Amino acid sequence: MNGGKAKLLIRGGRILDPGAGVDKVGDILIQEGRIAALQPGVKENGAKVIDAKGLIVCPGLVDIHCHLRDPGFEYKETIKTGTLAAARGGFTTVCCMPNTQPPTDSRATVEYIQRTASLTAAVRVLPIGCVSKGRQGKELAELGDLADAGVVAFSDDGSPVADAALMRKALEYCRALALPISDHCEEPSLAHDGVMHEGWVAARLGLRGQPAAAEESLVARDIALAELTGSPVHIAHVSTRGSVELIRQAKARGAPVTAEVTPHHLTLTHESVMSSSSLPDELAYDTDAKVYPPLRTADDVAACVEGLRDGTIDAIATDHAPHAPVDKLCEFDDAPGGISGFETALGLALTLVHGGKLELATVIEKMTAGPVAAFGLDKRDGLAGLGSLAAGAPADVMIFDPNREWTVTPERFASKGRNTPLAGRVLKGQVVATVSAGRVAWSVERTEVR
Amino acid sequence: MPADLKDDREGQGGTAILAREPPTALPHPAPGTWRHRHILDLDDFSPEEIELVMETTSTMKEVLARQIARVPTLRGTTVVTLFYESSTRTRSSFELAGKVLGADVINIAAAASSVQKGESLVDTVLTLQAIGAAILVMRHPRSGAPYLASRHTRASVINAGDGWHAHPTQALLDLFTICSHLGDVRGRKVVIIGDITHSRVARSNLWGLSTMGAQIVICGPPTLLPVGLEGPTGDEEGSKLALPPVEIETNVDRAIADADVVMTLRLQLERMQSGLIPSIREYCNLYQVTKERLAKAKPGALVLHPGPVNEGVEISLDVAHGAQSVIEEQVANGVAVRMALLYLLSRGRA
Repeated sequence: MNGGKAKLLIRGGRILDPGAGVDKVGDILIQEGRIAALQPGVKENGAKVIDAKGLIVCPGLVDIHCHLRDPGFEYKETIKTGTLAAARGGFTTVCCMPNTQPPTDSRATVEYIQRTASLTAAVRVLPIGCVSKGRQGKELAELGDLADAGVVAFSDDGSPVADAALMRKALEYCRALALPISDHCEEPSLAHDGVMHEGWVAARLGLRGQPAAAEESLVARDIALAELTGSPVHIAHVSTRGSVELIRQAKARGAPVTAEVTPHHLTLTHESVMSSSSLPDELAYDTDAKVYPPLRTADDVAACVEGLRDGTIDAIATDHAPHAPVDKLCEFDDAPGGISGFETALGLALTLVHGGKLELATVIEKMTAGPVAAFGLDKRDGLAGLGSLAAGAPADVMIFDPNREWTVTPERFASKGRNTPLAGRVLKGQVVATVSAGRVAWSVERTEVR
Repeated sequence: MPADLKDDREGQGGTAILAREPPTALPHPAPGTWRHRHILDLDDFSPEEIELVMETTSTMKEVLARQIARVPTLRGTTVVTLFYESSTRTRSSFELAGKVLGADVINIAAAASSVQKGESLVDTVLTLQAIGAAILVMRHPRSGAPYLASRHTRASVINAGDGWHAHPTQALLDLFTICSHLGDVRGRKVVIIGDITHSRVARSNLWGLSTMGAQIVICGPPTLLPVGLEGPTGDEEGSKLALPPVEIETNVDRAIADADVVMTLRLQLERMQSGLIPSIREYCNLYQVTKERLAKAKPGALVLHPGPVNEGVEISLDVAHGAQSVIEEQVANGVAVRMALLYLLSRGRA
């Protein structure tokens, strides 16, 4: 992924960079992998030109929570297919979770990911390292060595850091490293192997539920530990009204807490498990709607949207979790959790804009400057200006048409994971081109690049 | 009973009997009354369809009362019972039902699940289809498994119990047993007592009983009542897919007062280990259906239990074997109900 040396000119689009407060029609000149100029009437001077008239041009999307499955589960996804899917979804930077095999708890695995990414990835890959050795939740991983190798955060995602004392030590240790811990909040004894949200749908289907309190009790614990240690905690995939409220109060006190929410927790409810558009007349037990944390109630969805709107939640993160079809073609209890989310993230988030619930600038900010700030990614070497279109920033740009409708067709995903409960659904808003480090990483055929 | 419906006589081959067995002895549903290819739960049964099952069950009881209970209705049809959980009464009653109707019955006791990377459920179902199974009777510890199976086979799937979710044939035999005493259940108070959370019997009975107009009261310790039983609230209110409305009462004496039917459920003894009840002793004190408690119900109220009974736990010995108990009848009716369902499904397939 060397920065393209050739010049690229994105002409005539509506430039929307909410982090920098920019919203105007203009041209963007890209040179040597960086934003060179941002103004109307830039001269071509031999640059390749993308005509963005009528389209929106914004910073490339940044995802601080995804699963690339590589190493270890290459049949589900590889760094190559996952980043291609990311590019199609408008993402130019993705932070991959360490629940690989082996888990990303050593420098060697971090370097494997970085090397493989440099050879095959369509967009920038920033690894997240394990909190604990082997993700076992018992002893700290070599956090200092992982930080030195280049991880951007720590997490045992897929599992919580269940042991409160271990979480405390990890946070204290991280003070020296200035990296956040992203926690998958799910108190194991309360979650109790629940396979969906505990509520009337689970009661109806005879499935074991996990209550909202399983998430909220660990969110409350993590906030207390962040305040105790002064070290930043990031709450991964917030899904309940109670969690949003806890984070809102913590932020008001000045606690070092940030949070993210997924597109599916902003738009879908637990009813998706029961009824699917492809099976209107029967109970679906849709394993493609099985995800952790589980899809919650309409009230929780509304609270998450409100949390984004009022700034309680910092970022929209995909939790892209691809699985092979064979993994999901089984009894609901036995299916792994996860939704393949890169390619539907923007379209799904934009339903909130089209539905009048969020401003377009808010959605874009929560997918660019918001996540960058939550993880401090722009403080890293070579990444100054990440998530913005400021001169000198990495030339990561997404061009999209907010009104173009398309049908979600998993068979055409770039991701190997076709596991989405959105199959067949029409989404409004489509990525037209993704520019990563100055090169066109992906574009729909209709986009003219001369 | 029609005089020409003579049965297997000594020395006669099956074929000769077949020719003389008029299937017209069985009720013919009005066109359009029966539209089920599978029987997965009762949530999609209309009152008319349930009536049809009841009526057909009565006919099957007549067949069973014959000296030689055997008719050729399902001759040449292969019925497979695929049981991923052990079962005595349900499996054997399906087997007998199939045999009485002349079907070839194959019993498969399957262990393990796809988790252990054995053969997946979908593969198993395709294999059984390939060997010619027309009707697949399936029990599975995972809720929803028969729905998955039904989407991958041309065979008819009968749910013989899936996880905590549904046990429609049990609910139908319960309904038949109740109706054979009370005529119908419209406006009758039916109280279901015990471990509702883990009970597929309770869930299917909610659908069957409510469709037929019963007033249902659910009773048990709060830890054994599913969260969300009261149904959707707020923005989700009014979902057509919600469980039917029920009255929830945690006090057994109040629940049982003036009941027409008292349905007790089996208490899995491991519920104590998982902390859902303090002790069996306390459960018995608070929830056991005893003579004294039963006296609060309507005189002659029926007592049901899906079995197997933990005598002296959810129900006292004298009530389980008392005059108001219809527990043995339930078992006997089970065969007739399953014959009726096999018959109705095979007619639908013809």
